[in-house]
Amino acid sequence: MTADTEFDDRLLATEPDSTRHLEVPVARHVFPNADRPTTTAGTDASVARLEATGLNAYFGQQHAVKDVTLTLDPRSVTAIIGPSGCGKSTLLRCLNRMHETVPGARTSGSVTLDGEQLYGDGTSAIAVRRHVGMVFQRPTPFPTMSIRDNVAAGLRTQGSAPSRAHIDDIVEDALRRAALWQEVKDRLRTGAIALSGGQQQRLCIARALATKPRVLLLDEPTASLDPSSTQKIEELVYELRSTVTVGIVTHNMQQAARVSDRTAFMLDGALIEAASTNTLFTAPSDPRTEAYITGRFG
Amino acid sequence: MTTGVMPRSTRLNRAKRRGVSGMMVALTYLAAALATLPLLFIVIHIVKLGAGAISVDLFTKMPQPVGEAGGGMANAISGTLILIGIAAAVGVPVGIGAGLYLAEHKRTPLANTVRFLSDVLNGIPSIVMGIFAWQLLVRPVGHFSALSGGVALGAMIIPLVTRTTEEMIRIVPNSLREAALALGYQRWRTSLSVILRTAMPGIVTGALVAIARIAGETAPLLFTAFGNQFWSTSLRQPIAALPLQIFTYAISPYDEWHSLAWAGALVLIGIVLIISIAARFATRSRFGAAVD
Repeated sequence: MTADTEFDDRLLATEPDSTRHLEVPVARHVFPNADRPTTTAGTDASVARLEATGLNAYFGQQHAVKDVTLTLDPRSVTAIIGPSGCGKSTLLRCLNRMHETVPGARTSGSVTLDGEQLYGDGTSAIAVRRHVGMVFQRPTPFPTMSIRDNVAAGLRTQGSAPSRAHIDDIVEDALRRAALWQEVKDRLRTGAIALSGGQQQRLCIARALATKPRVLLLDEPTASLDPSSTQKIEELVYELRSTVTVGIVTHNMQQAARVSDRTAFMLDGALIEAASTNTLFTAPSDPRTEAYITGRFG
Repeated sequence: MTTGVMPRSTRLNRAKRRGVSGMMVALTYLAAALATLPLLFIVIHIVKLGAGAISVDLFTKMPQPVGEAGGGMANAISGTLILIGIAAAVGVPVGIGAGLYLAEHKRTPLANTVRFLSDVLNGIPSIVMGIFAWQLLVRPVGHFSALSGGVALGAMIIPLVTRTTEEMIRIVPNSLREAALALGYQRWRTSLSVILRTAMPGIVTGALVAIARIAGETAPLLFTAFGNQFWSTSLRQPIAALPLQIFTYAISPYDEWHSLAWAGALVLIGIVLIISIAARFATRSRFGAAVD
């Protein structure tokens, strides 16, 4: 453990708590802080509640996300739906501070992870992104790296690199969680770009999971995939909810209905309505939501 | 074509268009042939005149005074390799660094200035590069040196590598940058271990092409490396170089020196060819796929 003390020195302010148990024993060596609760004592290690309050996002003069208040509940999947250009991807990108990587982009309002300010003074975007992982619309495997190195890519950014054996364990664990292990276990050292599109996307999910994020954000993860790959990803998302808080942006309402526990509907940058998926699709309270889900626009 | 449905004028137009098209295609073939012909003639000519003088001695022996048989260009060959090495060590890192900066800070005033000056540098006559290196490294020390010659050549590499690096980094998709940032990569790490690494095959190719281009430069060496009749590998002493040796031999009145000059030219072309072939191999990335 001593060698790991450099791990993520910019971790959101935390109290060491060695009494917490971890589900994967090996991970204790590698990520002594990974499952550390960030705030109140007694919080379960796997609880990760991401709350946006009065969140605004801008691209220069353009007001892309307007005063959104939304919670991603722990152990659940929250879907964000809405017509193209409604700001749902931008909202998602504010939740792990990716929005600010675009020139001219800025945000206001607050986002908290288990009560901790993600946009607070002294909180680095780098640390935030290690806790809130993200997968994009198009698969983005690193073309110069093998399958194994892709999955392990996020591990090397941490203060002290885990040993080779630990990396192998983490890679296997992440690939299993991403339902890709069986397909690639015999060719971990081969290039990642030789995989099919659907496999590449699951590889990207494995890569995001390898660093043990507390929240996983998926930005239209199946938009570029065929139906059978889409189904695999959806099943995977459904499985993941037990170990990680998931936020998923999708333009596909059926997908939202299939994979999510809660659904939020956005229109022109504003959050119109957020409710349990069942309620939102069967008894929406806002007429605009109803118009959208019944296909009258968008 | 002969359906008869088309009006007569259309059929005429079509015949005319075909004629013009055929002529243009022929012209492009001609231009392509003309572009490769000089190279072909040069190579054939040099092989014809130089191959006879190629021997083991050429690579292992030192130059002999006029009138004595045999002798080689061992010092010039090793000198050229040393000069190329210095030039690469000086020019490639600076060029890659500058190219990375230009690609990451596309439109800042400094980037625009650097890009413009880099283009200007690319257009500066090579002899001026020699004067620059002379002023910088020869005059203060008081004598010619291999180092000054290498620096002159290195300065010529910089703009070439800068430009290719910038181009290669620009074609790396932005989605890879975002993926790295989303994994918690710092910006510098994203640039180095994802962006630069992905662009590396193209950058290596660009660097090798630049090196091949300066390998045969003579003018920048005239008052920097200067040439040396003796064996020397010291960076602080004047050093022989193939282009200089060829020049010296070619303007001499002796027939045996002339044929040595041709042989030297052939060796020089061989070195450039090897570098170019290496550049070809470098474009293949580790997993057999090009950057897309």
